[in-house]
Amino acid sequence: MTGSAAHAAQAAQSVLQPATATADSIFEIGVVLTIGAALIFLGVMTLLALSLRRRPPSRRPSRASERLWIVGGGVVFPVLVLSALMVYASVRTSGLTTRADLADGLVIAVTARLWWWEVRYRDPASGKDVVLANEMRIPVGRPLTLALDSADVIHSFWVPELAGKIDMVPGRLHHLHLEARQPGVHRGQCAEYCGEQHARMALHVVALAPEEFDAWLAAQAAPAAAPPDDLAQRGREAFLHERCNACHTIRGVSEESDLGPDLTHVGSRLFIGAGTLPTHRGTLGGWIADTQGIKPGARMPSFDRLDGQTLNALATYLDHLK
Amino acid sequence: MSAEREMREPPTSLPRPPEELDQLEKAWALPKGLGVLSSVNNTSIGLFYIGTSLLFFLGAGVLALIMRIQLAVPDNTLVGPQAYNQMFTMHGTVMMFLFAIPVVEAIAVYLLPNMLGARDLPFPRLSAYAFWAYAIGGIAFFTTIFFGASPDGGWFMYPPLSSAEHSPGIGADFWLLGIGFIEISAIAGAIELIVGILLTRAPGMTLGRMPIYAWSMLVVAVMIVFAFPAVIAGTALLELERAFDWPFFIAARGGDPILWQHLFWFFGHPEVYIIFLPAAGMVSMMIPALAGVPLVGYRAVVIALVTVATFSFALWAHHMFTAGLGSLSLSLVSAASLAVAVPTGVQVFAWLATLWRGRLRITGASLFLLGFLFIFVLGGLTGVMVAVLPFDWQVHDSYFVVAHLHYVLIGGMVFPMFAALYFWSPLINGHPLSERLARWIFALMFGGFNLAFFPMHISGLLGMPRRVYTYDAHLGWNTLNLLSSVGAFILAAGILLFTIDAIRTWRRRTVPTGNPWNAPTLEWLPNGEYGTRSIPQVDSGDPLWTNPGMPEEVEAGRHWLPGTTSGRRETLVTTPGKAVASHVLLLPGDSWLPVISAAGTAGFFLLLTVKWLVTAWLCGVTAVIAAIIWLWSSDPKPHAAKVAVTDNDRLPVGAVGVRSHSWWAMVVLIVVDASICASFAFAHVHVSMLSEVCPPAGARLPAAGLALLAAGLYLASSLPVEAARRRRTLSGSARECRLLTGAVVIALLVMIAATVALISGHVEAGLSPGANAWSATIAALAGYQVLHVVLMAVMGCYLIARIWTRRLGPRSRATLDNTGLMWHYTALQGAAMIVLVQVLPALMNLVAA
Repeated sequence: MTGSAAHAAQAAQSVLQPATATADSIFEIGVVLTIGAALIFLGVMTLLALSLRRRPPSRRPSRASERLWIVGGGVVFPVLVLSALMVYASVRTSGLTTRADLADGLVIAVTARLWWWEVRYRDPASGKDVVLANEMRIPVGRPLTLALDSADVIHSFWVPELAGKIDMVPGRLHHLHLEARQPGVHRGQCAEYCGEQHARMALHVVALAPEEFDAWLAAQAAPAAAPPDDLAQRGREAFLHERCNACHTIRGVSEESDLGPDLTHVGSRLFIGAGTLPTHRGTLGGWIADTQGIKPGARMPSFDRLDGQTLNALATYLDHLK
Repeated sequence: MSAEREMREPPTSLPRPPEELDQLEKAWALPKGLGVLSSVNNTSIGLFYIGTSLLFFLGAGVLALIMRIQLAVPDNTLVGPQAYNQMFTMHGTVMMFLFAIPVVEAIAVYLLPNMLGARDLPFPRLSAYAFWAYAIGGIAFFTTIFFGASPDGGWFMYPPLSSAEHSPGIGADFWLLGIGFIEISAIAGAIELIVGILLTRAPGMTLGRMPIYAWSMLVVAVMIVFAFPAVIAGTALLELERAFDWPFFIAARGGDPILWQHLFWFFGHPEVYIIFLPAAGMVSMMIPALAGVPLVGYRAVVIALVTVATFSFALWAHHMFTAGLGSLSLSLVSAASLAVAVPTGVQVFAWLATLWRGRLRITGASLFLLGFLFIFVLGGLTGVMVAVLPFDWQVHDSYFVVAHLHYVLIGGMVFPMFAALYFWSPLINGHPLSERLARWIFALMFGGFNLAFFPMHISGLLGMPRRVYTYDAHLGWNTLNLLSSVGAFILAAGILLFTIDAIRTWRRRTVPTGNPWNAPTLEWLPNGEYGTRSIPQVDSGDPLWTNPGMPEEVEAGRHWLPGTTSGRRETLVTTPGKAVASHVLLLPGDSWLPVISAAGTAGFFLLLTVKWLVTAWLCGVTAVIAAIIWLWSSDPKPHAAKVAVTDNDRLPVGAVGVRSHSWWAMVVLIVVDASICASFAFAHVHVSMLSEVCPPAGARLPAAGLALLAAGLYLASSLPVEAARRRRTLSGSARECRLLTGAVVIALLVMIAATVALISGHVEAGLSPGANAWSATIAALAGYQVLHVVLMAVMGCYLIARIWTRRLGPRSRATLDNTGLMWHYTALQGAAMIVLVQVLPALMNLVAA
């Protein structure tokens, strides 16, 4: 996982690096728009510069030619350009809004929360829900649908390299259709202001080869791994003793609450804290001890009362939950 | 000069009586010392107003600088998320609501009367009230940032984030309140401007000769009348939800967060043009004056202004392209967003053609005008880009949009405003601002602006979302953000330099202004506190160019109304279209009452927010009493039937009905009122259509019989009022007083009976506004009607008091006429909302079937 994590740390969220057909076509529209706007801007500025030259009165324009300025430059030119633009944009995007076959493809439900992402798959083997957080893995070359909603305030789902953004509105379900072209990691970030930690609400989308994806999903569907050693075992006990399970679920250990992110396979994820820190033992411990220092306002309190040993055990255990 | 423009002899002959000028000066004299704060004259209020809004510009600018320091490097910890979120919320809110809208109205209050040849606006005390409510309320609102009690939900305050659940503090209440003040002053300003522009132009200044700036302000005032009601209704609903848990925007109880977005952007998009069009109007004044030729395409520009205004109401949803609305409606909005570029293009090319025709003198103002054209054209083009749906899906709520909106707002409004400050500064005390410093200031502002905001286009495309207090180092945004921060400080340095120069210049001793740019319009006539000595007869669109002798003639008193006929403040009223002199309007003088009333209003809302209930209500009562005392002296009986205003013209004093300025004001107010009610009705229809069945489970409609009875009674209550209103003579006899009083009392009783029927219908049906959004919207409608009934009770009592103190007369009957208008409106509103609520479910079933 280390290679992939290093790669993920560099994951961009740039409109200029499209990785799907949808993002490609928007990128192309953006290029056309930019070139067109630049040309028109240069043209208008040239006219402005020329109008400032000193001219003898005899060479000043007649009333008729002034009318031409307004009718030609102000009406005919923009109407032609804008109509062409309308036609081009609607032809180029007509494919984007047609819905992929919902019944057929993979559906991933994403629920935005304050300030993290709950991601939900249906395990094809058992039919049960597989819940994870702040990370989504998708198969290359398979059409899929994201079902987007919100548990609290309005958020917006935006992974620029995959598609444009769609708001996540309480009481409404919005859909986004995707198909990844090649393996890679893409960063996304909430794009609708959602309160105190709007800035630290990122998610990573990892596109995998289909067979890798299937294996990964099967692994995620499994309950949590047993602690491999004493230290991890003490961490597991601390998880229950400190009432971490009042908010977090670890399938196979405690499933009483889903207030916070599901931690069943937290060690397998690239980041913790919704893209705030890369996942390893040290960051896990630091996060638990100083949540409010790292991400002020997050719904999890800082567990700075834990002694070093307990913290170490807890972090070790969580890191083992691959 | 063309042949048909031959010089006409001025309408008043010389010599003028020696005491005439003294009387005029005395009537308009500025109060001494601190008393200047009680001045209601547009030149004083206008300057206070401009000064206050510029203070907010500086304050919100400082917030922006702090944000730019925070964002200069990644993972910065200078400002925490809470403080940062308050700062960007305040930056947007203050810039939009306490700077941009007020400053365009402020400049109009200052400039327009002089430009139109009026001595003052038609409702000077209303201007004073609007200004003081805004200044006191705005400053109190701004200080919340120092206590960490500012709103932090963004200037758009989307629920559910702004709801009681997710924003339990009083910050959001302060926001709603701060907006309340600007709602009051914007509506008051709009009424003032519409009536002033239509009725107080100089004789001969037909609509076709009116300065473009006046056209732009007329269009903008009408836009305010239709746009602001949506946000007034929206903020009222949000405050009701926060205070009483009426779930308009809570999805779990049948409400809809998107409803807020509709109401907010129905206001919010036109608002962009409410800010831009006045600036465009000023540009259309300055370019011709500085180029020395009339504007090319005057008619085309007027048509463009009206077209932009109309389109702007069709594209509010372009702020909601990513909110998941239907694709057909989005395509229409996208088309409208593109189409709005056409009339804007017309204006740009009219300016270019004017520059081409004349020769631009390079002054401080011209530099800012050229800077405006550069920045605004670029911002307009990125506006076309974001109007293209798929492109917007990517850049919406990213820094690309931050760049775009600052290009159009700073380019489209702030640069023209600075040009205007340079251009019109001599009107303040005769001194232009330093032309030498202007070059430095412009260079800093123009360079700093582009350095600050151009890189944001790119950081947005690299994925940087708006409203983040920090960002990761590896995303490729570091250099761009550092450049933006440096640019922001260069821009700020320019503004600081300007501030120093402005303070220095505006503190100098007043000297005669003259016409330094050889501009063609009336504000450059010699003038004093009273405006011009005599009100000019206007024969063209560029009067000072076609009649170069006008300044001397006007100053000598050779035009209209060369003094005061009553010894008090007066102005000339003309007809709306052809500007034919109609009558002389008596204007109220300086008074502390508007200040007291405004302070009371501000105190009431502010203290209510912090829950000092007793003091709050004391303030509220003070505000109402001050307002009633101030109203009591208005609409006086005329001092003479007709007075001489030129050698050959004798005009009546005051007017009634459609000729009266107060009739126009009341009609505009009713349009505002109806638009607010329509917004509530929209909310009701919106949540009704969302619910699967209507009425939703657990709620039921009020009984049709009671509802119909209420509607009928409302309409019936209008009859006695109408009968009273139709009395033409108004002799003031005791019998007449009894008859009129009886009519008002009967009407009031019937109206109260109607309200009892309405409310008991709701009670009987068990409607509970907290239960679901459908019931809540019905309660909001009913509440609005009850508010009107209370208002009619107050107006009715006031009318009765005027009747018995014999203040009604055949030529001073505004109280009767205006109460009548408002009464009919209230009756109609009640009947209409009852019918809507009753018929809507049946209609929906019909459509479903």
